[in-house]
Amino acid sequence: MSKYLLNKFLYTVDRDPDLVERYREDPRGTVEWWESEYANRILNCHGGERSTWLAFEENERAALASHDYPALFDLGAHPFLTLTLFIAMFERDYDEPLGFQLEYARRLSDRKLPYPDIAT
Amino acid sequence: MARVVAVIASTHHPFYYRASTSTGEDRPPFADEWVRKVEAFRETLTRANPDVLVMVGSDHFHQLWLDNMPQFLVGKAPMYDANWYNEEREFGLPRLVCKGQEDLSAYILREGLDAGFDLAFSNELRIDHSITCPIITLRPQNDLPIVPVYTNIFAPPLPRPKRFVELGRTIRQLVESWPSDKRVAIIGTGHLSLELGGPRQFGPHGPDPEFDRRAVEWISTGDIEGCLSEVTLDSLHAPGNATHGFMDFMLMMGVAGDGRKADYVDTYDLFHTMEAYFTWYPNGGGR
Repeated sequence: MSKYLLNKFLYTVDRDPDLVERYREDPRGTVEWWESEYANRILNCHGGERSTWLAFEENERAALASHDYPALFDLGAHPFLTLTLFIAMFERDYDEPLGFQLEYARRLSDRKLPYPDIAT
Repeated sequence: MARVVAVIASTHHPFYYRASTSTGEDRPPFADEWVRKVEAFRETLTRANPDVLVMVGSDHFHQLWLDNMPQFLVGKAPMYDANWYNEEREFGLPRLVCKGQEDLSAYILREGLDAGFDLAFSNELRIDHSITCPIITLRPQNDLPIVPVYTNIFAPPLPRPKRFVELGRTIRQLVESWPSDKRVAIIGTGHLSLELGGPRQFGPHGPDPEFDRRAVEWISTGDIEGCLSEVTLDSLHAPGNATHGFMDFMLMMGVAGDGRKADYVDTYDLFHTMEAYFTWYPNGGGR
């Protein structure tokens, strides 16, 4: 399990306007590119000092590649990161204020306490 | 020595700026009353006539990240740029630049380390809405130098609630021992019950109104002992998955003092979360 890497994906995409659009339009391709090129970047280091060991589990890769935010919740991705990025991608598709946020809650409505552990 | 002229604890609702500045059909029905309450709250700071603001908040995965996560961090810089692209995108927050009170930052760091808090520091800190929301609500002219203090309420493992209270007590002592004639307000923001990214988010009220009622009682009466007897890292999951931000209110209770009743209390029951505003005048300040 690599909750840290899930969070790293959500964090690095959310803070980059181009990546937000790229992930919205091509989730599978973006996840493949990101895992290949970005997953092992240490964020404040140059490219010669990359990590060597970070990779998604198959179910994590699949959840990201299908925009499956309930699955990300179940995997213990940080819910603030998931929510923020998915609002950025999909709020625009809803006419009513908070329409996407309420749909998001509805799709998680069968989740009960205790929620999955988000500690990394 | 410096004087603590006001202690202020508040929620930080990132939608306030957009709600309060929107007009016509875009203006939500709750905006006018919200503005009225915030302006009354603002007056409690204005009347204290502060020179410097110590601002306690929590970075929301903006500059602080899981590869290098401090528990408590003090900004020590002459300037702080503020607000981030994703806060502009989601909340419409404006970019700001705040002046820093660097000598007080240095004093809090040195004396805080000696008092048993291994404080991290940052010489280049871009602050987020946990600190800019109270600037927008309480000091929109943004004319006072600040000392930002960040706490980790976000990325477990977290410090326990008692540690937040103890840090609050220590910050109060440090500010009062700072060799300066400045008038200092200590302002901190957190949450009552809150759910983000979970099934209870964005309901018609906060996710746990009963927790909110009890929290307001603890804060307004300064009941630190009662609060600590019931609030744990585990218990805070029950009222909502982002309710650990309540620990910043507990920190501010430590700043205000045991048993110290708030001089000003107001709340506003909004969708999604309850707003809560508290002011203490430690020495009859503001008069």
